[in-house]
Amino acid sequence: MKNKNIKSLLACASLLTAVALPVSGVMAQQQNDPKFNKMMKEGFRAEGIAGLDRIQQDETQKFCSDPVFAGSEKGQAMREKIQKINMDSIRQPSDGKYIGDWKKGEAIAQSGRGATWTDKADTPIGGGCYNCHQIDKKEISYGTIGPSLWNYGKMRGNSQELIVYTWNRINNSKAYNACSNMPRFAHFKLLNEQQIQDLMALLLDPTSPVNQ
Amino acid sequence: MQRKFAFGSAIGILTVSLSFSSSVFSQTPSDEIAKYREMIADGNPSELYEAAGEDLWKKPAGPKNATLEKCDLGLGPGVVKGAAAQLPRYFKDTNKVQDLESRLMTCMQTLQGRNPKEMVDAPFQVGPKKDIEAIVAYIVTASKGEKIKVSTNHPREREMYELGKRAFYFQGGPMDFSCASCHGEDGKRIRLQDLPNLTTQKGATLGWGYWPAYRVSSGQFWTMQQRLNDCYRQQRFPFPIYGSDLTVALSMYMAKNANGGTVETPGLKR
Amino acid sequence: MSDPMRVRAAENGGIVDVKILMKHDMESGQRKDAAGKLVPAWHITTVNVKANGRDVLNGQFGPAVSKDPFLNFKYKGAKGDKIVVSWVDNKGDKRTDEATAS
Repeated sequence: MKNKNIKSLLACASLLTAVALPVSGVMAQQQNDPKFNKMMKEGFRAEGIAGLDRIQQDETQKFCSDPVFAGSEKGQAMREKIQKINMDSIRQPSDGKYIGDWKKGEAIAQSGRGATWTDKADTPIGGGCYNCHQIDKKEISYGTIGPSLWNYGKMRGNSQELIVYTWNRINNSKAYNACSNMPRFAHFKLLNEQQIQDLMALLLDPTSPVNQ
Repeated sequence: MQRKFAFGSAIGILTVSLSFSSSVFSQTPSDEIAKYREMIADGNPSELYEAAGEDLWKKPAGPKNATLEKCDLGLGPGVVKGAAAQLPRYFKDTNKVQDLESRLMTCMQTLQGRNPKEMVDAPFQVGPKKDIEAIVAYIVTASKGEKIKVSTNHPREREMYELGKRAFYFQGGPMDFSCASCHGEDGKRIRLQDLPNLTTQKGATLGWGYWPAYRVSSGQFWTMQQRLNDCYRQQRFPFPIYGSDLTVALSMYMAKNANGGTVETPGLKR
Repeated sequence: MSDPMRVRAAENGGIVDVKILMKHDMESGQRKDAAGKLVPAWHITTVNVKANGRDVLNGQFGPAVSKDPFLNFKYKGAKGDKIVVSWVDNKGDKRTDEATAS
């Protein structure tokens, strides 16, 4: 008898909680917090090429700093908006060329240099691709934050659609996934057109080691 | 019913064998690194810093010509054993939550009369920071083997935790990186360096419990403040101010997440 | 002024296990600094360990030995042995530290 009552009591309680949660604001966007803003502002100073403007967030960064909301159902509309903003900012190559030199591309993918406060303004910035991705299988020192790109072109072919998709992805991954972990290489002028053409070759050129 | 069961168990076995094979593969580089660490654990150069730190703790210094032996790290004046395992914490005399390094700066200022600005401005591994690094090595060694036990009973402590959590997810810089970009998921690595998931107890223990550490690749003993500093550099952020509330909040977030884990400092890193 | 070494010696079954941590930058003389200049060689050249006044180890260190060297060896000895470790580097700087085998 007692058990039955407890069971129904528990059932009621869990039902109430289930109903209560969305109302409690767990799925609402993070509120602006002056204490937090103050802490961030007073937590940094400029050094070398890294200025305080780097902690001024744009809309994408603001949205993705709240992963609970960003990944929720309620966040869906905002996600799509962010993706569109990023997609709209992408420029196709000015010379119409998509594929460059894969040898140069490999060097760009290997280099994780540039843009830190110990770098100079003219330090060539690398793509840092191997930090997160497997690319050429010969390179065993690769990260697993992003998917493997081994045989990228071999598996996907070379349709115009695929070429443009890959170009867009490298330029601004957030056009497809609002909170992708991948930096927006063209948006922040980390890589120039030539460098991205070379990375494209690494992935798509049939003679690239990646596609053997 | 039976068919469903057979199917279910077949899936189960398949998943188990798949996860087994993938874990055997992915454990190999980590296993080797763990073996290497065991081999050199005996000669951890952190001990050299620890010895120097103990001397500095007991040596009179500063305009007041006093030692640090009355410094209260949270367990009472002069109590060193186990103190680091309970930091960061709220301190009544400064009315703030402090980590080990900001607390040491407080003691060096109030007990010895030393200039806090000099300590903040000095580059890592140099001058007053060199002294702090040695003392940190001494203090954390005295907590080795203890359980990480950080409280959030005080409202300031709770607040710091929440601020630290928010900072952890704060994206910025030209690469949109936050701490979570690297440390927010299980089973990831950057190049060949495993990345602990600092949002879970297990992962946070691997991070918070093993730093400060002697870093073989730089031949230096790095405190947690230096580790945070270099993380932000790699994230392409501006320069974090030494001992700032931001750095203490992040430490609070990691430490509390790690509660119950074992203190393994001073660590030994590649 | 050189920094102190960490010397530990533990005896077990007539064998003393000696562990020494030395603090030294051990510059090989082949590294270049950020400006491209060669960092001059600065490293330990000789190491000597005596137990109760008797040599138990003589070593010649060179540019191949890395920073903050750790040395571990065993010799036939007894509890209470007085272990004295000395090193000299290529600039003539010296360091001597002691321990007792426990």
